[in-house]
Amino acid sequence: MSLDLNNIRKDFPALQRETAAGVPLVYLDSTATSQKPLAVIEAMNYFYRHSNANIHRGVHTLAEEATALYEGAREKVAAFINAPSARQVIYTRNTTESINLVAHTWARANLKAGERILLTEMEHHSNLVPWQILQAERGVELDFIPVTEDGLLDLNAYKTLLARTPKLVAFTQMSNVLGTINPAAEMIRLAHQAGAITLVDGAQSVPHFRVDVQALDADFLAFSAHKMCGPTGVGVLYGKEDLLESMPPFLGGGDMIKEVKLRSFKPNSLPYKFEAGTPAIAEAVGLGAAVDYLTEVGMDRIAAHEREITEYALERLEEIPGVKLFGPSADKKGGVAAFTLEGVHPHDVAQILDRDGIAVRAGHHCAQPLHEKFGIPATSRASFYLYNTKAEVDLLVNGIYKVKELFG
Amino acid sequence: MDDLYREIIIERYKNPSHRGRLDPHDIQFADNNPLCGDHIEITLRTAADGTIEDARFEGHGCAISQASADLLLDSVIGKPLEDVKRLNKQDVLDLLGIELGPVRLKCALLSLKVLKAGAYGLGEASDELVE
Ligand SMILES: Cc1ncc(COP(=O)(O)O)c(C=O)c1O
Repeated sequence: MSLDLNNIRKDFPALQRETAAGVPLVYLDSTATSQKPLAVIEAMNYFYRHSNANIHRGVHTLAEEATALYEGAREKVAAFINAPSARQVIYTRNTTESINLVAHTWARANLKAGERILLTEMEHHSNLVPWQILQAERGVELDFIPVTEDGLLDLNAYKTLLARTPKLVAFTQMSNVLGTINPAAEMIRLAHQAGAITLVDGAQSVPHFRVDVQALDADFLAFSAHKMCGPTGVGVLYGKEDLLESMPPFLGGGDMIKEVKLRSFKPNSLPYKFEAGTPAIAEAVGLGAAVDYLTEVGMDRIAAHEREITEYALERLEEIPGVKLFGPSADKKGGVAAFTLEGVHPHDVAQILDRDGIAVRAGHHCAQPLHEKFGIPATSRASFYLYNTKAEVDLLVNGIYKVKELFG
Repeated sequence: MDDLYREIIIERYKNPSHRGRLDPHDIQFADNNPLCGDHIEITLRTAADGTIEDARFEGHGCAISQASADLLLDSVIGKPLEDVKRLNKQDVLDLLGIELGPVRLKCALLSLKVLKAGAYGLGEASDELVE
């Protein structure tokens, strides 16, 4: 059964607004951050109006309520990604912090100079820079799985690079520029055969299709609430239990300890060992509400809807003379259409579309090396989520024709 | 119709009067806007009395950044190089004839930043030059 778009759109207050009088918003920038359904906004609002207190340690009514909500959201997230236990769900600020956590703790404890980390050419800066820092600090070596002309990972090259026995393979499950959905399960199987640990950047996958950490056999999975209908300020690191247990703590402070002496401390058990200080409590509650919302709509139905929109969008965009699309065909990608328009800079495209209320992003989308690979400084990017319609794709296409006219 | 894409801006973007590179030149400076990837290089030749004999720009980027470079060079050719040092943000906005938000302002001011850094003979361009 397909999605009831009318009803879904009603769930999102921001989608009801106009960007100027008589100009309704056409939001095609969910890859950067999604809009939030009322259920999430209300859950956070209710938390602050009703249950606000610091979590753990407190014994009063509000502290108990807040703790139950915060931990309840963790249980929801664990079920959402099919984690064996909520102990393996660590709250962070976002995907970026989740990846940095692994780089600071697991990698610093386990990697020596000369040992290798295998990444890909399509990574977001958040899955590049932490490893570059480690390279400078520790002398680890970085390798990159190349991206082919049609925007796929070169899996033969991957097998060859695995022969260099990397300790870690870290890759995005879905590219935020090309939209490419990488064969994560197969890549993880090959990495494990080669003796490597795997980290999956799930920033674009977890919001858009069913991700099952046990089916994938992923060692680490990182994602952000704000791209999956949840609030900014909270993200998740999932990890295999033995790995998380063996890792040193990340930040030091309150909550992450079991016991503190003047000159020493004992770290807390999972997941608290990695959650120092007062966390983003209301945001975690919002994430729990987002997971409920997505589950109720159904991740498989969301994925099917996005597939349909993406197929339609690529077909319509391809028709426009001067438009060049990046990334693979619709059957191999998620709801992202990055493109250039001949003779017009992506910023001008985005700015002119904005006059018609159409929100797309222009730039390198935090994937500068990928853009360099394709020989372009920037692209315009339209992206789609559960609430986008074919009518909005039509408005985008009409908007691009207007840009062409203006610059014609 | 939106002010930002006034005819003069589109026209200058598509058919600039001062695009190219002067060789030989007395002054050369280039910089980019890391946010957008806009890039501008200016080459300039001065006469014995210190007036700007000719100037050219090369680069790529959005219409605002490229058109403002062309309009800026238009306005300084034939003037004393010393005058360039006194140009500021408002002068560029007056040339463009538009108001700009903070993001696009950086695009518009890149050429002035490059021109002033060149005029002062600086090693590196700084945003303070165009405040
Ligand atoms: C593939 C990918 N990885 C990582 C990130 C970083 O996410 P955040 O900024 O929430 O840390 C993004 C966000 O744009 C992304 O698309």
